[in-house]
Amino acid sequence: MSPTNGQSSRRNKRPALSKRSVSNGPNGTADKGLHFTIPSDFLAGRGVQEQILEAALNNGFNEESVFAIRLALEEALINAIKHGNQLDPSKNVRIDCEIGPRRAEIVIEDEGPGFERSRVPDPTAEENLCRLHGRGILLMESYMNAVEWSRGGRRVKMVKRNKG
Amino acid sequence: MSESSARLNISQQKDVSVVEFTENKILDEMNINDIGQALADLISTRDQPRLMLDFANVDHLSSAALGMLINVNNRIKQQNGQLRLANIKPQIMEVFMITKLNRLFRILPSRAEALGSFE
Repeated sequence: MSPTNGQSSRRNKRPALSKRSVSNGPNGTADKGLHFTIPSDFLAGRGVQEQILEAALNNGFNEESVFAIRLALEEALINAIKHGNQLDPSKNVRIDCEIGPRRAEIVIEDEGPGFERSRVPDPTAEENLCRLHGRGILLMESYMNAVEWSRGGRRVKMVKRNKG
Repeated sequence: MSESSARLNISQQKDVSVVEFTENKILDEMNINDIGQALADLISTRDQPRLMLDFANVDHLSSAALGMLINVNNRIKQQNGQLRLANIKPQIMEVFMITKLNRLFRILPSRAEALGSFE
């Protein structure tokens, strides 16, 4: 038996880009901000991810850094859309990024109940190795240079420095 | 006997089902569900299933994909079968190391070594 494919009519639409601002940074360098507000929808999240990765590539982030950003973004967006907003179509996810040649900062905020980081069990503990869930935060924290939670766990700021 | 889907190439090498991921990203929730279902179907048709997953084409995977793989591993164990993973690229291997899932799975460098490792 093979799975039923082709049923899905997933279109590769671009996400709603609520606002995009490009301003000049302090040294005359391009300082590009990307701002999105998307519904709790995986496909919209995917579109945001692609635009952020494109910006990282355009700013000279190397392959290793882009791999890291892609993975951390994937996990953070799934957390916000699925675990935070619980796929509720009336709730949004807000994404704000500042990406320059040396540093990418990504802030993601959902409208869910939040969570307490310290209460998330360590997925690498022997007794948790067979658990099906709970590795996203570990991957975000491993692949980014800094990950900070605020607003009761509804907001996460991730920073990746470009090693060039 | 061979089966395939858009996302998997499934072939038989003696008593081992060899499954090759055809896409370079195992990220999308729907893809992961499809793959998990196809593998569950495959496992359920075999007594003491012997399964080898070939990651040669895989460049990206998420924690949801890891969850799916653990689920496959659990099902195979329940049926007294064996699972091997092979051809994992260094970047993906790092994901297994960080999550310590390299301890849970039997991971071999190549297809030949994986096939030779079944007991």
